Amino acid sequence: MTQGTAAAVVADPAAAAAISVRELSVRFDTEAGGVTALDRVGFEVPEGGFVTMLGPSGCGKSTLLRAIADLVPIAGGAIEVFGRTPEQARRARDFAFVFQDATLLPWRSAVDNVRLPLEVGRRAGQVKQHAEAEELLALVGLEGREDALPHELSGGMRQRVSIARALVYRPRVLLMDEPFGALDELKRDKLNEELLRIWRETGTTVMFVTHSVPEAAFLGQKCLVLSAQPGRVREYVDIEFASPRVLGMRDTLEFVQVTAHLRGLLEEA
Amino acid sequence: MAAASMEGKGAGRDSTEPRPTRDSRSLRAADVTAAERNAGAARVERRGARWRHRHAPAVFAAIGMLALWQIVVAGFAVPTYIAPSPVQVLQVFVEQGDILWLNFWPTLLEAVAGFALGNSIAVVLAVWFVHNRLAERAFYPIAVFVNTIPIIAVAPILVLMLGNGYAPKIVIAALICFFPTLVNMVRGLKAVSPQMLELMRVLSASDREILWKIRLQSSLPFLFAALKIASTTCVIGAIVGEWIGSNYGLGSLIIEATYNFRAPLLYATVILGAGLAVAFFVTTTLVERRVLKWKPGAVF
Repeated sequence: MTQGTAAAVVADPAAAAAISVRELSVRFDTEAGGVTALDRVGFEVPEGGFVTMLGPSGCGKSTLLRAIADLVPIAGGAIEVFGRTPEQARRARDFAFVFQDATLLPWRSAVDNVRLPLEVGRRAGQVKQHAEAEELLALVGLEGREDALPHELSGGMRQRVSIARALVYRPRVLLMDEPFGALDELKRDKLNEELLRIWRETGTTVMFVTHSVPEAAFLGQKCLVLSAQPGRVREYVDIEFASPRVLGMRDTLEFVQVTAHLRGLLEEA
Repeated sequence: MAAASMEGKGAGRDSTEPRPTRDSRSLRAADVTAAERNAGAARVERRGARWRHRHAPAVFAAIGMLALWQIVVAGFAVPTYIAPSPVQVLQVFVEQGDILWLNFWPTLLEAVAGFALGNSIAVVLAVWFVHNRLAERAFYPIAVFVNTIPIIAVAPILVLMLGNGYAPKIVIAALICFFPTLVNMVRGLKAVSPQMLELMRVLSASDREILWKIRLQSSLPFLFAALKIASTTCVIGAIVGEWIGSNYGLGSLIIEATYNFRAPLLYATVILGAGLAVAFFVTTTLVERRVLKWKPGAVF
């Protein structure tokens, strides 16, 4: 399904880091006292790379992603997104965030939902470059549904709209927090394959949180496995499969070995 | 780089997901063909049949009760000043229609003006409360306190303050609309999902942008719930205002008819007032249906 013409932007391992996290700690204050969600976490995401994040529930995967997105204050250490702090990166629109729910405005059509980021924010109206909303809807396979309201779309289609919306201002990094977690397996497979295609075609750096081991192995060039309470890096696994990846490859011995390794790490974590 | 590569779009369009539009589109096309035009007529017919099926019991019950009323009043020879018969009330509409309509317009005007004034102030105040916690803490309890005073007790105060003209009636109608709208609007403006607010933060949106793009729209189902209440209570407010001190309007006509034992006129006035409230309510509902075409209350 991948076309040879698609400019495949494969990350060069020596490329500059898109995201670099050093000694990151995040603490939450609860009534019972402070809870350390993340404890001295460090890793780098290469530019143009696709990194998945796995970990037992409560290990702080989402917190880590939200700290990068400037949605959670950090207690210690540093995060850099293309050399900027999360706040600077947010204001510069360096990254986009895709939530587990599509989070669409129910009164706006698909195409108007995709355009929302162009209408708000400091740079609204003067966004330097942006993609056409219609083109993006086609990119995510929603050609002909531009004028549909969210309640007229299925769950998978709504999530596609939210991915198109994330891409509309051409972010350099796409942060995805279990975006397909609420979908059934068939739709999830389909969207996984399409996400890889979109990633290759746009050259965006992707960080993807999931709790599905096969999903983490299928999508990621690297997989960051976290351990729980407090969240620490268990292992940063390189995943090397022939490109482009196709769903059928999940039955190969190679793939099963990788998932077995990841699962082992999760059980120890 | 992305623009060029996006040309290779749609490579992986999936066909497993439902595509309702395609169906509805072919349906729309079918409507146009002459052969299918009869089907459209049949649909209208069916809708009429469903309407009849649904509302016929209420219509028959109403007719039955009116008939019973007529029979009881006539059969027991109830004096007209105690309870007039439906026919006598109908006669008032025919013979004294000019008095009724003369007093109808002021009440309509007061109700509409009160509705507009009360709801506008409530909406503006709700927006202020949502953006300023201190203002909410300071004035919300006062709004609750004002609401607990019976309108019938406030009315004389307002007449003393504002005189005998339209002003006190409009203010009373506004006051009675105000509180439900304030409460609902504050809730509606706050009913934005936390995730939507996080999205707006990622987009570095300002409070003003969040208000205009998100909060106001998502509060509309809450606002209309309140407006439907207000659409009937504003008529009550206007009539109560006219009771206290006025020589025009349906409220004053009610008082006058009561003191002069003109029961048929009293009944006719009451029916006209109720009709006004119903008309107002139906109008609000129709506007709501137009404005809230997206599924109200649904969050995605």
